[in-house]
Amino acid sequence: MKPLYEPTEGLLPVDTSYCAGCGHGVAHKIIMSCIEEKGRLGDTIGVSPIGCSVVAHQFMNVEMCESAHGRAPAVATGIKRVHPNHLVFSYQGDGDLASIGVTEVVHAAVRGEKITTFFINNAIYGMTGGQMSPTTLIGQRSTTSIDGRKPEINGIPIRMSELLATIDGAAYIERVALNTPANIRKAKKAVMNALEVQEKGLGFSLVEFISTCPTNWGLTPVDSLKWAAENMIPYYPLGVFKDTRGDEK
Amino acid sequence: MSEKVLMKGNEAFCEAAIRGGCRFYVGYPITPQSEIPEYMSHEMPKRGGTFVQSESELGSINISYGIACAGGNVFVSSASPGIALMQEGMSFACSAEVPIVILNVSRSGPGIGGIQPAQADYFQVTRGGGNGDYKIPVFAPSTMQEAIDIIYNSFEIADQLRNPVIILADGMMGQMMEPVVLPEEKQPYKTEAEITKYKPWALTGTKNKDHRNRIVSYWAKPEELEHHIIHLFEKYAKAEKELVRYETIGAEDPEIVFVAFGTMARIVAEVIEILNNEGIKAGMIRPISLWPFPKAPFEALSPEKTKVVISTELSMGQLLADVENSVQGRIPTRLINRVGGIVPTTNEILERAKKILGELK
Amino acid sequence: MSQTKMFFSGSGGQGVLLMGKMIAYAAMADGKEVTFLPSYGAEMRGGTANCTVIVSDKPISSPLIHTADVLVVMNLPSLTKFESMVDPDKYLFINSSMIDKKATRDDIKAVYVDAYGIAEKIGENRGANMVMLGAVAQTTNVVTIDGIIRAMEHELTGKKAKFLAGNIKALTSWQP
Repeated sequence: MKPLYEPTEGLLPVDTSYCAGCGHGVAHKIIMSCIEEKGRLGDTIGVSPIGCSVVAHQFMNVEMCESAHGRAPAVATGIKRVHPNHLVFSYQGDGDLASIGVTEVVHAAVRGEKITTFFINNAIYGMTGGQMSPTTLIGQRSTTSIDGRKPEINGIPIRMSELLATIDGAAYIERVALNTPANIRKAKKAVMNALEVQEKGLGFSLVEFISTCPTNWGLTPVDSLKWAAENMIPYYPLGVFKDTRGDEK
Repeated sequence: MSEKVLMKGNEAFCEAAIRGGCRFYVGYPITPQSEIPEYMSHEMPKRGGTFVQSESELGSINISYGIACAGGNVFVSSASPGIALMQEGMSFACSAEVPIVILNVSRSGPGIGGIQPAQADYFQVTRGGGNGDYKIPVFAPSTMQEAIDIIYNSFEIADQLRNPVIILADGMMGQMMEPVVLPEEKQPYKTEAEITKYKPWALTGTKNKDHRNRIVSYWAKPEELEHHIIHLFEKYAKAEKELVRYETIGAEDPEIVFVAFGTMARIVAEVIEILNNEGIKAGMIRPISLWPFPKAPFEALSPEKTKVVISTELSMGQLLADVENSVQGRIPTRLINRVGGIVPTTNEILERAKKILGELK
Repeated sequence: MSQTKMFFSGSGGQGVLLMGKMIAYAAMADGKEVTFLPSYGAEMRGGTANCTVIVSDKPISSPLIHTADVLVVMNLPSLTKFESMVDPDKYLFINSSMIDKKATRDDIKAVYVDAYGIAEKIGENRGANMVMLGAVAQTTNVVTIDGIIRAMEHELTGKKAKFLAGNIKALTSWQP
């Protein structure tokens, strides 16, 4: 009988430190099983961010380093320049990538760095306890927007995938979600595509995952999935924003 | 020995790095060191190296950190305000035990300040502006030849210590030309096998290893972090003994002792010559390593013979703080300085020193 | 001990730094100690340019000077600003094509060089700085004309090689 579920060698057989219902576990699983399927676990190097997933290297079974807040794409740039034939990725949340690290991710894309960034967007600062992030939705409550985010005070949430897709050095940009089995399957396909773009040396690639943070959203895991579908996906539409595969001659 | 060549300081610094085995350079334009990224941009590709122009000095230090994590010998340069931006990365690299060679072609501050020579980055480089307990060896050459020799050897020091190393030059050194002898070119290790052999901690992927490397800076448990900091400081204690460098010049048993480094030391050398010709016994302690700061030559001074120790610097008493720390109240200390990009003349130092001597008598 | 402190000043584009560099290269080739220190930064952009060259028989401590044995001024603001730097009995070279004023001091040796006029006459319009350099070398003997020619041959290679002949012509065109 075909097994319904198998662990991946890309993840170590340990418990993660993430909360129940957090999207990191699923994202980790998807990314690492893609790298395993490509047979690249031995020559992949990852960079973890500042945020809940700073400890991703305790779970992901590849060589990794930590990076200062927001700087993961710069660090990944350095690694890729030393090992141009390795797979190199950064793994970052929305505070890390869309706030303090905008410069680094934009310029990694501008330089067309042949790295892949996995961007976990849960619209909140998780590790520090639920503060407003640049992707927090209008009206969404956080510990720094207790009456809900107001555009006149806090500005309007940023759509990073759309922004990065305008950069010529970006070769693959897709936004996916982790809220349903169907979306998870699509997410896996997106990761495979992004890694393929890196292997082909086409340029910078990024997959944005619409994720959940039940703890800081103040919802149950199940309600979080519903909230993501009803609130986040309408504002952050899923889809491929850039794909230069096939353009190459 | 190779023949002498006349080179601009900033270009000589680059040659020293390349010949020292560096094949990765990251930089961002800022006066007075912009000739460094310019030179590296055309020279690195010719020498089998990599040049990256970063988006900011934050980018510079973090790309360098990535290169170093992956086992590359990396050189990064900037000037004072850019070095300030890099402090985050320096603290991080010390904590993660990653070697980076950093050149500060310093200028005046605070703020934008000016582009003329200054030494007001003394605290920034010796104390560090980053968070936490860490140390970075700092070398301050005073001639172009010395700068070349120091940069050339810094990659090895950084690798052995698994820590950043800073070279503190200034705008005058970066811009001036002086004949130098360039050292033999060392062969950098570049292949994955070589990196794994010489830097077994570096990230090269698990496929040719029996273990998985991780480079970390975050410690969830205070006991583990304390243990790590104690480990770092055991390293620093060893470095404090092994890396201290200084030169003493001038009369035996000097009546007046100047302390100066870098560009200032060259001017003070002239002052000492004039004083000694006039029959005033003068000498200089020239720290070459600013951390570790050389304490031994201060301990060797006799309070019976030496009337005063004068910190001669292009800052508001930053060097004086270390001088006082080393003299420990045994001998009076004084300050002769100019700031804002002004370098005092030989005569100005001479007159101020004589005035100090007169007041002490 | 013999040490010569030289200061070259003019406006950007007059080739002031190249004069200093050629002296430095020639002095180094003669086995002398030398330092070359240019002005740098924002003041380079269309403003004044100057450089300090020290040539010595022994190691040079400070590359900075406050008085000069040889001052070369290529424009009027430089004369006004720096004339007082010249040590008594030492040299002041004035580019008389562009400066119609005389030296105000009589305790120094002023040499007037029609650098642009001579350069034009020999058909090397861009060689005024080399005309001046030839005058400086011949008058002060800090370095020899041959030494400068060797330095030029060493420096003007590749794309710049085409300037060599004209520069040598300009360098040797001034007569005392």
